[in-house]
Amino acid sequence: MSKIISIEKAAEKVKSGSRVMIGGFLACGSPDNIIDKLIENGVENLTIIANDTSFPDRGLGKLVSNDCAAKVIASHIGTNPDTGKKMNDGSMEVELVPQGTLAERVRIGGAGLGGFLTPTGVGTVVEEGKTVIESRGEKFLLELPINADIALVKAWKADKKGNLLYRKSARNFNPLIAKACEMVIVEAEEIVEVGEIDPNHVMTSSIFVDYIVRSEY
Amino acid sequence: MDTREKKNIIAKRIARSLEDGDVVNLGIGMPTLVANYIPDDIDIMLQSENGFLGLGPKPEAGKEDKDLTNAGGEPVTIREGGMFFDSAESFTIIRGGHLDKTVLGALQVDAKGNLANWMIPNKIVPGMGGAMDLVVGAKEVIIATLQTTKKGNPKILSECTLPLTAKNEVDYIVTEMGFYKIENEELILIEINPDYTVEDVKNATGVELKISEELKEMIF
Repeated sequence: MSKIISIEKAAEKVKSGSRVMIGGFLACGSPDNIIDKLIENGVENLTIIANDTSFPDRGLGKLVSNDCAAKVIASHIGTNPDTGKKMNDGSMEVELVPQGTLAERVRIGGAGLGGFLTPTGVGTVVEEGKTVIESRGEKFLLELPINADIALVKAWKADKKGNLLYRKSARNFNPLIAKACEMVIVEAEEIVEVGEIDPNHVMTSSIFVDYIVRSEY
Repeated sequence: MDTREKKNIIAKRIARSLEDGDVVNLGIGMPTLVANYIPDDIDIMLQSENGFLGLGPKPEAGKEDKDLTNAGGEPVTIREGGMFFDSAESFTIIRGGHLDKTVLGALQVDAKGNLANWMIPNKIVPGMGGAMDLVVGAKEVIIATLQTTKKGNPKILSECTLPLTAKNEVDYIVTEMGFYKIENEELILIEINPDYTVEDVKNATGVELKISEELKEMIF
């Protein structure tokens, strides 16, 4: 079964109301073709889980600015004034999570674990409502795994089976979200034959990938 | 002295405090200036929390790479000997005690070592990004900040009033006026910029200031 589909087919899989994890760090390593198609399709009420909400005109920031999201879970929203505006007028919910905590919550969401203990956020508002556990004489917060319906991953190269390579700092959250979602769609700059990526270098295994689309830009 | 000059003094002094072999994360804003003044004879590995070690200077115009940016989203370069990784690995480095120093800005910092630098309620809520992890995880936390706000109010206080980034984690503060150490919940001035008197520093500080018996001139 071929995993390679068109951008149109890929975007159709993301229905209004879906819980979606999207790769990228301030639009670096962002699945831009699929994002643009979602806006064209007029999807609404997404819950977006990502490092940040990028900029109004770049990356997943466009989804926020084009009213596609009902909720955002991110570590940083400061570069997209639309996120703050929507948070303040109540049209979109925002949950802020420390970056390392968010990355690890996604990682363990894909690793079958029930939670982890982190010193990050102890004594701050992040502690509110969380279980505090002492370990080795220090206080830690119990943080829970996070999962989603769909991961939108940006890769540099994918082979036809779905083994992935990322390029430079475009890796960021991409390999993590690929393991934490029911369905994984990869937007790749290049699609190569199976065997062309050395197994020593594969960064995400094909077993995590459901669909591959080729970036057009 | 204009603000730009003050910021450069702070960056230069912090750069001089780095030691050969240090792994360092520089926060967005004033802390990034530190990279401009790292002495040539020491080897510093800069960590960029978006996913690499070996952060290098800005590329020449026209040589930007869309896949290589710093944690502020700006185009940068990577030095020989660096490597890329994902965000979970990045924070394994940060939280796991593998970072010798982090340099961060402050809205407020206090004598207990508390730091507030991520939000002003009902005004600016940019989010904490990686700051909470950096302050908790780095072996040494150095705060780079102007001595006062634009309105002239002290930024070093007896107790932060803004929401905290982390509790009891700050080790050093560097301003244009001096170099401070936080020890046993006391603020100690260890170096003073000769352009200012101890009285000037006291007047611009919002908490009782202890003066080190070995107070030195701040060289930058």
